[in-house]
Amino acid sequence: MSAEEIYNLLKEKFGDSILEMVSDVPTESIISVNPLQINVVCEFLRDSEKLQFNSLMNLSGVDDDNSSKVTNEDGTVSISGGTLTVYYHLDSTILKHKITLKVSTEKDKPEVESVTSIWHSANWHEREAYDMYGFIFLNHPDLTRILMPYDWEGFPLRKDYENPEFYEGMKIPY
Amino acid sequence: MGLLDKEFNDSNIVVAKMEDVMNWARLSSLWQLSFGLACCAIEMMAASASNYDFDRFGVMPRPTPRQADVIIISGTVTLKMATRIKRLYEQMPDPKYIISMGSCANSGGPYWEHGYHVLKGIDRIIPVDVYVPGCPPRPEALFEGLLKLQEKIRTETIRTKKTA
Repeated sequence: MSAEEIYNLLKEKFGDSILEMVSDVPTESIISVNPLQINVVCEFLRDSEKLQFNSLMNLSGVDDDNSSKVTNEDGTVSISGGTLTVYYHLDSTILKHKITLKVSTEKDKPEVESVTSIWHSANWHEREAYDMYGFIFLNHPDLTRILMPYDWEGFPLRKDYENPEFYEGMKIPY
Repeated sequence: MGLLDKEFNDSNIVVAKMEDVMNWARLSSLWQLSFGLACCAIEMMAASASNYDFDRFGVMPRPTPRQADVIIISGTVTLKMATRIKRLYEQMPDPKYIISMGSCANSGGPYWEHGYHVLKGIDRIIPVDVYVPGCPPRPEALFEGLLKLQEKIRTETIRTKKTA
């Protein structure tokens, strides 16, 4: 099934939860979905006879780098606004078709529904996205850090991240 | 040194300085902590395997720090791992030695600027005896480092461990 057909099918079923489709990209077409409806949409994608997306190939976070810098009265610079996005690469090993989904969230409140109950492989991928970007995956069974130490502060792959000076008494900068 | 070449002459008696015997024994059987971190560990394993044969210098891997003499820091030391390495080092009995293998262990290597998770040199937490440069160093370079360490041990005295 082509991306266009999948998009129309989803649009017909879920209406406003499906936001748009971007096709003028060098990769496969990307369908934007409401972050709080992604689990419902994914369940349909997996279970529908026509679609049968039985494999979540990858789930990754992105900082869209669209925050605005605000200079405070005391001269310090702080970041406000901006979005974080999660990308889902789905594959149907039965019907041999693929699709990419994305959900965008506000950086101040990056809440996304978890898809762990639909594909178990999402469990660690979502933990990594939480670890690096701070996404809150709602209804995730164990949303803890997976790479960084449990007591680490901040989310290292955000564009406005700054290295701490010390970790447990060890100096970090070169 | 004249320690072994007279072994079977002169009625099986060897006369030597205590220090020389102790140092000779120590430098000839450096048991390394069986422990690898990254791509340097692959080279370290190649050094242990039959083509290069680390064992001919008396180096063999021990899987417990309690029976190890030398720890080879073979790869990138993340901050998470650094706390564990410090504990492993503290569990080793004296005399103990450290070989820092490769750019990452020496100074952070390619992670020196953007590696928020990397310790920029193992010498920030434990005292290093020999630095082996390279990314990763070939087994020959690791041998050179080991021979340097042996030279260093040869000049130790019983009273103090030489640090220079």
